[in-house]
Amino acid sequence: MADATVLGIFTHADTTLQAIRDLRAKGFSDIKVYTPVPVEEIEEEIEHIRPLSKVRLFAVVGGLTGTATAFFLTIWTSLKWSLVTGGKAPVSIPPFIIIAFELTILFCGLSTLLAMLLLGRLPQTRPSPTYDPRFTIDRFGVAVTCPPDKVDAAGSLLSTAGADEVRR
Amino acid sequence: MTPPTQTVTADAAVANPTWADVNRDVIRTVSMPGNGYFAWMCMVGLTLAAGIAAWSWQIWIGIGAAGKRTPQMWAMYITTFVFWIGIGHAGTLISAILYLFRAKWRTSIYRGAEAMTVFAVMTAGLFPLIHAGRMWFAYWLLPYPNQRYLWPNFKSPLVWDVFAISTYLTISVLFFLVGLVPDIAALRDSSTGIRKQIYNVLSLGWEGSDTQWRHYRRAYGIFAAISTPLVLSVHSVVSFDFAMALVPGWHSTLFAPFFVDGAIFSGFAMVLILILPMRYFFNWYPYISDKHLDAMAKLILVTSLVLSYFYICEVFTAWYSGDHFERASVFAKATREYAWAYWLMYFCNSVVPLVFFSRRARLNTVVLYVVSIFVIIGMWFERFNIIVPGLGHDFYPYTWGTYYPTITDSTIIVGSFAWFFILFLAFIRVLPSLSIVEVKEAIGHPVKHGH
Repeated sequence: MADATVLGIFTHADTTLQAIRDLRAKGFSDIKVYTPVPVEEIEEEIEHIRPLSKVRLFAVVGGLTGTATAFFLTIWTSLKWSLVTGGKAPVSIPPFIIIAFELTILFCGLSTLLAMLLLGRLPQTRPSPTYDPRFTIDRFGVAVTCPPDKVDAAGSLLSTAGADEVRR
Repeated sequence: MTPPTQTVTADAAVANPTWADVNRDVIRTVSMPGNGYFAWMCMVGLTLAAGIAAWSWQIWIGIGAAGKRTPQMWAMYITTFVFWIGIGHAGTLISAILYLFRAKWRTSIYRGAEAMTVFAVMTAGLFPLIHAGRMWFAYWLLPYPNQRYLWPNFKSPLVWDVFAISTYLTISVLFFLVGLVPDIAALRDSSTGIRKQIYNVLSLGWEGSDTQWRHYRRAYGIFAAISTPLVLSVHSVVSFDFAMALVPGWHSTLFAPFFVDGAIFSGFAMVLILILPMRYFFNWYPYISDKHLDAMAKLILVTSLVLSYFYICEVFTAWYSGDHFERASVFAKATREYAWAYWLMYFCNSVVPLVFFSRRARLNTVVLYVVSIFVIIGMWFERFNIIVPGLGHDFYPYTWGTYYPTITDSTIIVGSFAWFFILFLAFIRVLPSLSIVEVKEAIGHPVKHGH
């Protein structure tokens, strides 16, 4: 049988956090939280059930790719047209470091963007069924997906924690 | 403009806005603007049209229309290029460096400042094209191998500049757009019809789910972290265009910090020029308070004092070096045909900002506005004084020369301001110019049981 989803809508950050803690204590792990702003405490709580964000890995790999690309581009180009300019050897590293610095930043930024889009599953073409427009104003949402027989338990947990509204 | 007062109308925001107030106060700024706005747009649009006409004329006639003659081949275009790049710096400073330092006062001004950065760099980016004359060959600037062996010289500061500016533009635009995503989602949720669809596309379907926020926050932190060294490097690289050359007055290790400080100085003045009217017309007094103005005025004062120190260093170095050409260059700047520009620069950049030692001046919007305009004028003339008299008085008298601007290049310079302002005016009416998310974070999370 397909899993069912319960959504609790909260006004306060602390009650939302309490609801997530209670749900996790009772063994619910398929939780999706909506917040108008990032909330550190909620994020920490969620880190327990999600793998660590890989955005930083993307950034490092992207940055190093940029460095390598810059040195490749400058050295290869200089060797292809081997002219002594400014009294410097065709391949002279110090000026190339500037290009390497700029391309490191450029590639790092582009791969960070890519990571944010890929990992955050953006762009999202259609709204999630549990999304409510108030989540961009001042309401917090906790959506729990669970087997149908546990829906009532999840719903009552959400309302005890302080949800203004529980939707099944 | 009459000095705005602190009175707020009945429907405007209260002193302690709630999260819903923030949404409302930002969303009302993207409604249909009034006649006054369109009148401004028409004026700016006409000025821009004049600038475009002048550029077309220059392309048709040739670069000679710009009044550039040897030795003044850089003249006003590179002056204005450096000026606009400098303006951009304050935006990145506010959005990246102050973010890393967790300076809370930045939240309500950073979006406007960031937009300013993007538009200023877009304006600056036009000048290498305008300056190049045969701008249809502008793609030769980019390093690409071809059959005709137009290999770029990676030892030239001009090539470094191409990399620095294009990286700066790309990263600023990304940082700006990434910051906008959750705010555009808020606009989407309060609009209907075609607007809702457009905002939905722009917001990438953002919902504020925990998965989205987690990666978003990490990415935002990385953008801030990479923008910080980038912004300091960009104007240093721009300064290498000068410092690597042997022209007296240019060939100095002082140039990189000198340029970076001047950039931040002029950028903050431009932030004030843009933010003060926005605060007045959008009635954003609860968000942009006296505290913000005070902080910005103090930053202008500090950067002005540092700049004055560099001015003293510049003259001292010329004298202490014992180099005849260095001394002659400074002497010519201070006493010959461009002396008025030289002393105007000192007056605007070193003397006028001193009024900010007074707290009353820092909180007076009229004083803030007038000083900011002086700073903008002073900083444009600083670049002018480096380039035009610098090139006009180098080693031998037979290479000396005086530059006279023409109507064509002056109109293009004025047009560049119109291009900047038309972008900014359009921006504040279609996208959130106050960060909804960050202002809410600064207000604090609503809690039931208190801390």
